[in-house]
Amino acid sequence: MSESQKDWPLYEIFIRAKSGLDHKHVGSLHATDARMALEHARDLYTRRQEGVSIWAVRSADIVASDPAESDAFFEPARDKVYRHPTFYDIPDEVKTL
Amino acid sequence: MTPAVRYVLRLADTNLVLAQRLGEWVGHAPALEEDLGIANLALDLLGQARLLLAHAGRLEGAGRGEDELAYLREESEYFNLTLVEQPNGDFGGTIVRQFLFDAWQLGLYEALAESRDAALAAIAAKGLKEAAYHLRYSGGWLVRLGDGTPESHARVERALGVLWPFTNELFVDDETDRAVAEAGIGVLPSSLQAAWSARVDETLARAMLARPAAAHYVWYGKQGRHSEHLGYLLAEMQSLHRAHPGAAW
Repeated sequence: MSESQKDWPLYEIFIRAKSGLDHKHVGSLHATDARMALEHARDLYTRRQEGVSIWAVRSADIVASDPAESDAFFEPARDKVYRHPTFYDIPDEVKTL
Repeated sequence: MTPAVRYVLRLADTNLVLAQRLGEWVGHAPALEEDLGIANLALDLLGQARLLLAHAGRLEGAGRGEDELAYLREESEYFNLTLVEQPNGDFGGTIVRQFLFDAWQLGLYEALAESRDAALAAIAAKGLKEAAYHLRYSGGWLVRLGDGTPESHARVERALGVLWPFTNELFVDDETDRAVAEAGIGVLPSSLQAAWSARVDETLARAMLARPAAAHYVWYGKQGRHSEHLGYLLAEMQSLHRAHPGAAW
């Protein structure tokens, strides 16, 4: 058996803290299959009642942006402050917006 | 000792001894994730054992609390099922023992949740959710190993053959069982056998494992007559309390 087969695949774990909230990334773990990934996530990340729902995604299936390309990806947004809604005058009567 | 006290001690000791056995894996499981998984099983069982021991102490009314009952009884005063004191073996052996046990405990708690003893019913209702998860965990692993490689299949098959004879004791009724069942407090062990068999057969089939032939010898750990393994387990578990009575964190 090769080394790569001996290592269990890595899964990224997302937990929903309570109904209505988003699933948040909490960490990763190793598991041989999807069922085991859920069980490990339950034992590792919800043992103190942190969640009501678990998503597990194979890390290999996540498409990620390349840090080397971060300038090309994110720099152009930096000088476009007009995209932030900060140019409106808010009437005093409005308490929350 | 009344039948009720003896009955609750059987349940408590079975959980306590299995929790101690599972605790032996901490730091030694095949993966960090399994280390935590097994420790979680152990802690669930230990939590139930504490409630049961405290309840037994109250029923007995002799002033013994959970610590006195756990740490100051001899081997022959322990009434756990013989199955749970069997050594861990390899990981597959631990999974087989756990699976046979979980399938039994789930059925037990389902029935015990209807007990006329309100405290016992509450403990069973709480334990029922834990037992359902335990069976999911151990059953999942049994299928994974049984339907895995030739090596993993051979190992769980061997363990199943070794542990199967100990399952007879799970379904044998004695005077204590009949007394508590009649009083509506406890569950008659023989009444759990059909559901257990169905659960076990279903998972064994998915794990590509054959059900071993019935063995005829019956162990009586629940009457205090144990295999050679319990004494060592208790010696380790009780040594600290006996050396430093009343020691606390």
